[in-house]
Amino acid sequence: MADTICRTLRDGGLEGEHAPALTIKDSKASPFGFDVFNYVLTQLSNYILAGKSQSRGLVVVAYSRSPSFYVDLLKRRGIDIASSHDWIHILDCYTDPLGWKNWLIDKDISQEASSLSSFCQDVRNLDKLYSLIIEQGKGLIGQGKDRFSIAIDSVSEMVRHASISSVAGILSNLRSHDQVSSIFWLLHSDLHEIKFTSVLEYLSSMVASVEPFNQAAFGQRVDLENLSMLEQNFRKGKFHVRFKRRNGRVRVMCEEILVELAGIKFTPVLSEDEIINQRLLPKVQFNLQLSEEERNERAKVVLPFEHQGNGKPIQIYDGRRSLGENKEEALVSTGKLQPDEDSGKGQIIYFRDSDDEMPDSDEDPDDDLDI
Amino acid sequence: MENQNLNLLDRALGLDGPSEPWPLSGRVVLIEDCVETSGSFVLHQLVKRSLSPTSSNVIIFVAFANPFSHYDRILRKLGCNLVTQRDNKRFIFFDMLMLRCPDVDEGKSSEGGLVLLYEKILKTICGLPGDKKDYVTIMIDDISLVEVAANGGSDYVLDFLHYCHALTSEFDCSLITLNHEDIYSSMERPTLILQMEYLADILIKAEPLSTGLATDVHGQLTVLNKGTSHRLGRSGNKIHNFHYKLYVVLWRKKLVISIDKGYSSEKRSFRRTYHVNGRLGFWNLNTLCVTHLLNG
Repeated sequence: MADTICRTLRDGGLEGEHAPALTIKDSKASPFGFDVFNYVLTQLSNYILAGKSQSRGLVVVAYSRSPSFYVDLLKRRGIDIASSHDWIHILDCYTDPLGWKNWLIDKDISQEASSLSSFCQDVRNLDKLYSLIIEQGKGLIGQGKDRFSIAIDSVSEMVRHASISSVAGILSNLRSHDQVSSIFWLLHSDLHEIKFTSVLEYLSSMVASVEPFNQAAFGQRVDLENLSMLEQNFRKGKFHVRFKRRNGRVRVMCEEILVELAGIKFTPVLSEDEIINQRLLPKVQFNLQLSEEERNERAKVVLPFEHQGNGKPIQIYDGRRSLGENKEEALVSTGKLQPDEDSGKGQIIYFRDSDDEMPDSDEDPDDDLDI
Repeated sequence: MENQNLNLLDRALGLDGPSEPWPLSGRVVLIEDCVETSGSFVLHQLVKRSLSPTSSNVIIFVAFANPFSHYDRILRKLGCNLVTQRDNKRFIFFDMLMLRCPDVDEGKSSEGGLVLLYEKILKTICGLPGDKKDYVTIMIDDISLVEVAANGGSDYVLDFLHYCHALTSEFDCSLITLNHEDIYSSMERPTLILQMEYLADILIKAEPLSTGLATDVHGQLTVLNKGTSHRLGRSGNKIHNFHYKLYVVLWRKKLVISIDKGYSSEKRSFRRTYHVNGRLGFWNLNTLCVTHLLNG
């Protein structure tokens, strides 16, 4: 399922569509968001290098780790960017985000920029940050119609230096830029108001939350009883992903996370799927679900439309004829009916309001209106 | 001798291995405590370990809470002479007890003061000889007082901590900070301490027992080692929990000679716990009493 996310980011967006956006959300109780971020970053990098993704480049906006951290991370995963990095650029908002080093009188303390990374020394100015990201991205992909992806390692850090609306603005602008193929960011939900988290979830087409394995163990004072549960919470977690599809449907999936030294592993949780699907239904006092029997009955119902799609000649049932004839007609026209009409299958019997009405046809009765 | 005196805390922090490379290099340690169980002893223990003869660490100690004499007195009882270490340029003490910058106007003084402090730390590190530059430990005692110095501007404190964090990756130094968890417990969203917990690689929590007060045990230490992935060969996230009891050892020859019942005259010491300012004896950990750390 984490691979589904990575594939969605890999495939990018269609022409005229906003880029797919992923929010990775975690909290103190299960602080694995950064591990998930690194996983997605590595996967996307692999796709880009293999030429399998829509995007041809990746801009990493690094707030919470230095560029060298990402160089080491990718190297450990088999991607050596120190030697060949024409596809990736790291915007360094970590080393000197507020320009403090510029204020220092002694300018001996020099900073080394490289072709792999460049400094951003004023993270408060989001307009400038936006321009920097786009400029670096275009620098990677050249003049053509190619696209690039963006990874922001901590939106929580970003919002410390700017207002919620300006952060939402820059993310929205990045998402809707023609040359951005996909974008993903990390958020620590317990550092912010619910409003900010909700805003970001609205902006995203995928929301991946990392939740504690044992919810009950969190927040209590450590004792011998909950120690093992707490220890489990720091090795394992639950991973819930909510996808918003193009057709508007929402799909929720769940997996388990295991954090190891080598990285993070995702394992499916089979029994959870049904529970999750049920959770999508609103809780009301009447039954919205169908039993097996009801499903079978429903499958047997003959619809009163002219197109049954079964190859038989199309006859339009116009309701004006007598019941006896009608049944005969219906029997001939549909062909799906059982010979025994008391088989217990469903039927829809339709009576027209008046004889003057024309039989149903494909035409829209309002077509002759002159509006 | 050193091996015998290693305790559970040292093992939990990975300090039981070889002292070079320093196991805490490039890592951020956060010590959280509360009024009932002060975590200062952990800080003192880490000072002692960092300044051991087998390591080449340099400590930059940023003190907002106590003067030099306080730490000197405590570490002396732990067998470490801070005056000598200061003279040897292994222990660099920044006395920040006078918190304010007087001349700058209100709005800018908080951030400006912290920028200057950062500059001071950076210049100190850059001014060290080449071989010592790789083994720097920055200790801050404590963050709640840094917040006071910043007139409550927790954003400025977080900016300052961010820049200190950047130093850990630039120079591979370690950053050890202390903060009081109970100060923030009434806040709905205690951003400062939460951010610090996210920044930290190792979280050491000193808190009372869940069962309440006890005579034999002063509290429990929980060490959570997040095991950042850039340290290869290290085990993953690990959580250690043990109970501790603190002893005070007073090395006063005159007093020992006059009191001789029940004490070892060879060791020339006596043990006693006492209350200081209403808090149960938290002064220091003697290497001898370290063996009394009970396994939880």
